[in-house]
Amino acid sequence: MLRFLVRRIVLGILVMWLITLAVFALFFIAPNDVARTLAGRQATPETVALIAHRLGLDQPIWKQYVDFVSRLLHGDLGYDYYHQTPVTQIIGAAIPITLSVVIGGAIIWLVMGVFNGVVSAVRPRSFIDRSLTVFSLFFYSMPTFLLGLLLLYFFYFRLTLRGITIFPAGGYAPLGEGPGQWVLHMVLPWFTLALVSAATYTRLTRASMLDVLGEDYVRTARSKGLSERRVVMRHAFRAAMTPIVTQFGIDVGALIGGVVVTEYVFSLPGLGKTAIDAINLQDLPVIIGIVLFASAAVVVANIVVDLFYAVLDPRVRLH
Amino acid sequence: MSGFLPTSEDVEEPDLTEAKTEDEPGRARIEGRSPWLLAWQRLRRDKVAMFSLAVIVLIVLMAIFAPLAATITGHPVNEQYRTTGLTADGLPKGPSSEFWLGTDDLGRDMLVRIAYGARVSLLVGVVATALTVVIGVVVGLAAGFLGGIVDTILARLIDVVLSIPFLLVAIALVSITGPSLLVTVLVIGFFSWASVGRIVRGQVLSLREREFVEAARSLGASNRRIMFVDILPNVLAQVIVYASLLIPVVIVVEATLSFLGLGLAPPTADWGGMISESQNYYTTAWWFIVFPGAALLATTLAFNLLGDGVRDAFDPRSDRLIP
Repeated sequence: MLRFLVRRIVLGILVMWLITLAVFALFFIAPNDVARTLAGRQATPETVALIAHRLGLDQPIWKQYVDFVSRLLHGDLGYDYYHQTPVTQIIGAAIPITLSVVIGGAIIWLVMGVFNGVVSAVRPRSFIDRSLTVFSLFFYSMPTFLLGLLLLYFFYFRLTLRGITIFPAGGYAPLGEGPGQWVLHMVLPWFTLALVSAATYTRLTRASMLDVLGEDYVRTARSKGLSERRVVMRHAFRAAMTPIVTQFGIDVGALIGGVVVTEYVFSLPGLGKTAIDAINLQDLPVIIGIVLFASAAVVVANIVVDLFYAVLDPRVRLH
Repeated sequence: MSGFLPTSEDVEEPDLTEAKTEDEPGRARIEGRSPWLLAWQRLRRDKVAMFSLAVIVLIVLMAIFAPLAATITGHPVNEQYRTTGLTADGLPKGPSSEFWLGTDDLGRDMLVRIAYGARVSLLVGVVATALTVVIGVVVGLAAGFLGGIVDTILARLIDVVLSIPFLLVAIALVSITGPSLLVTVLVIGFFSWASVGRIVRGQVLSLREREFVEAARSLGASNRRIMFVDILPNVLAQVIVYASLLIPVVIVVEATLSFLGLGLAPPTADWGGMISESQNYYTTAWWFIVFPGAALLATTLAFNLLGDGVRDAFDPRSDRLIP
C-alpha cells in the first residue's frame, strides 16, 4: 500500500512539474508582452521596462523558469498589480465559494446519478427505467450555461410567494452568516452543476449494477432467502461501486469547467468567476495562479480517488 | 414517450433465410458482410438513431442554406432593423409575420441568425472533433505500438493533458490570442485528444501481440505500415464511436466559449453568443433565449442519440444510453 502511495505521489509531482512547464511556455514565452499587459495601456516605456526587470523578463529564459518554479515552491503565486494584492490572497478568498459549489453539487450529482442508476437496474426496461434515461439524456445534452439560465428563469423570476422571490438571483452568502441563506444561495448552482453530470453516473451505475446482479453470488444470496432490498443494497451495490469511483476521478477536471460556467451565471465570486474577470481585465498573474492552482487540485483529487479505489479494490495495488 | 424508444425486439439480427436462392432450395447463399456493413444495417433498424440522423441532416441543410433564409425573409444576417425590428422602447420584438422568430436586442432577425449560427456550431463540432481524433489516434498508436521510452513519454503526456482543467486554460488562452474560429478549433483539439489517445493506446497494447501483427512483421512490413495498415483498422470502430459522442461535447464547449464572450467576435451569429446576448432581455423576450437554446439543445441531443445508436451498432452487447 505504501509503495503504491509513494509511486502515485511521485507521478503526481511529475505531472505538476510538466504542467508548470506548459503554463510557463504558454504565458511567458508565448508571443505576447507580459510587462506591457501588466503595465496597462497608458504606461510609459520606463514603467514597462521596470516591470519587465522586476519580473526578471530581461533574464535568459531558463533563469526565468527556475525563478518561476522556486517562487511557486515557496507558495508565492506572484503579485496582482490590478488589485494591489498577492495572488494567493485572491485565490484564498475565492476557495470557500468554489468549494461550496463543488462539494454540494458533487454530492447531489452522485446521489442522484447513483440512485437513478440503481432504480433503473432493479427494473430494467421498465417504464421508470426508460423515463429516467430520457430525463438524464436530456440534461446530459444541455449546456451548463443554458441550464443555469433556465433555472434562474423558473426559480427566480417565475417562482414567487406573494411577490417575494424564494431563491436569490445569485451572489454568495458565507456559511458563517447562517446556513439558511447559504443554502438558498447555493441550491440553484448545485442543481445546475449536478443535473448535467448525473446522466453519466446513472448510465454507469445501471450497467455496473446489471452486471453484478447477474453474478452467481447474488443468486446465492437470493437463494438463501435474503430480502430483495438486502440483496440489492448489501451484496450488489457495494461491488458495483468501483467503476463509479474511477469515473469520478476522471470527472474532477471536468467539474472545474462546470464550476467556471456555473459561477459565472450565478455571479458567485469563486475561482471560476475570478478567473473570467481576470481574463477580461487581462490580469495575467491571477489567470496563471488560478490555472496552476486548479491543475494542482485536479492532480491531488486524482491521487485521492486512486487511493480510495485501491482500498475498494485490492487488485489495483498490484499494477 | 416509451413507445417511441426501441426495444430489444427492434434490434434483431437480420434474417439469413432471405438470402436463399430459388433454384437451390434449403441452401442459403452465403453473402459476405463486412463489420461495417453489419453495423450500418443495425443502425438503420434503430428508429431513434435514424430520427436523430434526420434531425442532424435538417440542421446541416439549415446551415448550408442559411443565405437562402436571408433571401426569403429579405433580412441580411447582420442588418439591424432599428425602426421595424424594435419596439418603441427599443426592446426586441416577438415573432410576427415579418420576423418569424422575433428580433434580438439590436433589431436583427433571429431566424436568419439562428440559421447562420448552425454553421459555426457544426463546423467547429466536426473539424475540432476530427483534429482531436487524428492527434489522439497518432499518439495512441505510437505509444502503444512502439512501446519503450516513446510509450513512457507519451503516456505521461496523456496524464498531464488530462490533468489540465481544460475550460479554464482554454479561456485563458483564447483571451491571450484573441477569439477566432481557428483558435477555438485548435484549443479544443489540443486539449481533448488525450482521452482518445488513452483508449487507442490500450487497444493497441493488446492488438500488437496478436498473430496478424507477427505475420505482417515476418513479411517485412515496416513499423509505419503495421501501425496504419494492420492495426489502425482494428481500432477504428471504437474511435468512430468515441468521435460520434465527442461531437456534441465539442459543440457545447464552443457554445460555452461564445457564451463567456470568448468565441467568435461579434457580430458573427453564434448560438452561444446569442444566448449570452439574451441574458438581460429573456424575462420579457422569451424568444430571444428559447429559439437559439432550442436549436443548440436539439443539435446536441440529436448527436448524442445518434452516437448512442452508433455505439450500439458496432457493439450490440454494449450498454445503451436508451435501454
